[in-house]
Amino acid sequence: MTQGIDAAVRRPGLLKDPRLQRWGFQGLIIALLVLLAVLAMGNLEGNLKQRGLSFGFDFLRQESGFEIAFSLIPYRASDTYWRVFLVGLTNTLLVTVLVMLLSTILGFMIGIARLSKSWALSRATLLYVEIVRNLPQLLHIMLWYNVALRNMPAPRQAGSFFDVIFFTNRGIYIPALKTEYPLLWIGAVLISIIASISVCVAITRRSDAVGRPLNAWLPSLVALLLLPISLFFATGDSLSVSMPQLKGFNFTGGWVFVPELSALVFAMTIYNAAFIGELVRASILAVNRGQREAAFAIGFNWLQTLRYIVIPQALRVLIPPLGNQYLNILKGSSLAVAIGFPDLVSVFTGITMNQTGRAIEIVLMTMATYMLIGVAISMCLNLFNSMTRIIER
Amino acid sequence: MKKLINSVALGVATILGSMATVQAQQADTLAAIKARGVVNCGVSTGVQTGMSTLDTKGNWAGFEVDFCRSLSAAIFGNPDKVKYVPLDIKTAFTTLQSGGIDLLARTATATFIRDVDMNLAWAGVYLYDSQGFLARKSLGVKSAKELDGASICVSAGSNYELNLSDYFRNNKLSFTPVTANSRDQNEKNLSEGRCDVYANVLSALAAARTKMPNPDEWVVLPEVISMEPIGPVVRQDDFRFFDIVAWTLHAQLAAEEYGVTSKNAAQMRDTSSSPEVQRLLGKSGDFGAKLGLDNDWAFNIITQVGNYGEVFDRHLGDGSPIKLERRLNKLWKDGGLMATPLLR
Repeated sequence: MTQGIDAAVRRPGLLKDPRLQRWGFQGLIIALLVLLAVLAMGNLEGNLKQRGLSFGFDFLRQESGFEIAFSLIPYRASDTYWRVFLVGLTNTLLVTVLVMLLSTILGFMIGIARLSKSWALSRATLLYVEIVRNLPQLLHIMLWYNVALRNMPAPRQAGSFFDVIFFTNRGIYIPALKTEYPLLWIGAVLISIIASISVCVAITRRSDAVGRPLNAWLPSLVALLLLPISLFFATGDSLSVSMPQLKGFNFTGGWVFVPELSALVFAMTIYNAAFIGELVRASILAVNRGQREAAFAIGFNWLQTLRYIVIPQALRVLIPPLGNQYLNILKGSSLAVAIGFPDLVSVFTGITMNQTGRAIEIVLMTMATYMLIGVAISMCLNLFNSMTRIIER
Repeated sequence: MKKLINSVALGVATILGSMATVQAQQADTLAAIKARGVVNCGVSTGVQTGMSTLDTKGNWAGFEVDFCRSLSAAIFGNPDKVKYVPLDIKTAFTTLQSGGIDLLARTATATFIRDVDMNLAWAGVYLYDSQGFLARKSLGVKSAKELDGASICVSAGSNYELNLSDYFRNNKLSFTPVTANSRDQNEKNLSEGRCDVYANVLSALAAARTKMPNPDEWVVLPEVISMEPIGPVVRQDDFRFFDIVAWTLHAQLAAEEYGVTSKNAAQMRDTSSSPEVQRLLGKSGDFGAKLGLDNDWAFNIITQVGNYGEVFDRHLGDGSPIKLERRLNKLWKDGGLMATPLLR
């Protein structure tokens, strides 16, 4: 035994070189992964050949030939499958963004209500959380679609809110803005919102730095309105309002929230808000009670305590699990397939796959798409996390 | 380390080995079915009155189901050696392509893409159907041409979706589709007013009408917008099996043509002097053996399941609540389209 060690010390064999071992092992793992990928591709090719099938993305240029009930971008049956993919993608993004926003707002309210000193309020929210989060998300969606939204009247007996908003079992109709440059306007509004938030954040930081309150809301409002107003005058666009009107079987004109979308957004918001509420509660409780007491002791009021002491620390705890919840929302949006809302899975992985038979290509594309959106959401939250982190000195 | 390398090597060897068997596997569906002891048969989801229904005791029944049973009777001499795989139209073809089922007996219309591009094969037509519309009488619609702007319920991923778009484009009309995965959800959407009319084949509409709270309030519009040849589907990788499926259907049609029914088949085998009846029922010739089956394959189909007319009548026709007219599905000699290659 000692002899062996002596030999190794004297003459370290090539195989025992720690560097080689380390890099060699990494290389081996990579080589195995590559081998596995090559084998999988070979297997796929063999199986496809055996069944007389081919692999390729040419089908994306073919005409789809079917209509889609709800689309944010212009779409007709004479468009291509690629367009169908885009329709599905935008619909998935719409649901994800809406649910993320609404469930975060509702979740914060629930989380804070759970910590309320009022016994009735905290118990009521506890009941809500326990009932909602212990039922499957799919059940929520089916319930909203098949029960809750079914009791709306038919279009010809539509209920209305001052003849501006109409409630029917075909959807909720609201007046629409008509413009010649829709993309320009969407871009301008998005940029304005981002600019407004940035201005607000910058002024708040400045206010913290100089140590006295500065007016933040007026410059934010200016930032919000500046671009759209100047765009309006620059383009001379004739903005008009299109009111929903009953014509034949259905309402025409205006924007419609189809019941499939409403059901999906309501159900997913209510479901995910329960989880977010618990995350919010946990992250607030994670901030030591002594911190709050200390803040009160030096004369901070309730709002200042929350703003300067509790929230900055609670966010540290909150953001990582919140990111997971957002990813769950993204993936959960594919449950749209159960009620026929044309999201990516429903319209592309479902209908397009069956019309073209291109299962492997379509599943690969769908997987890649969800992965990219998921990574993008994670990156945004990481960015937010680093922007709001506590600067330690 | 060495242990790890060993286990990785073993894993790779296993994968390679299993892939080699995949490559070597020749499609012999009949042998696979016999070894397995059951036919894996794709049917609709058990809520399609007349086509496939699943009762509370777990028994399957329906027109599609009886085709699975016929094939099982032909292969095993017993109609019940079937594993039913319930499938939405949206997943049906992928399941067949990937080998999850031996055949798709589910209502599926033959189309170019499905035949040529997806490499599937229709082993005959068991139902000539047409796409039409079911509407509430009070809607006051007399013709499909009056449906401009309507919301229309239709099955997701079906060819009915495509026919519908074509029809409305041809007639320069517009519509909003309301898609659902199952007939059940479509019927619910229709009866609760989510859509104005329901587009599907006439057999499905007739069944849907019987399931409405008050069937008399509903009417199938007179126009039909397509011709739908519907039949059992197999993969193109095994033409021996294609033959067996095709002749299972042909035997049922031939039996009706020769007047052989489930009631009189045994008697006719013993007494009939007609050479074609004798060939069909296996008294002469070796047609069963040529298919790789018992010689009384067709006899088993007819005694255990019935001839085509009996099956149609039991599930879709006068013997059923649907009361669908036979129309094009009559035998050729009665003015329909149903015919069979000669059994000789």
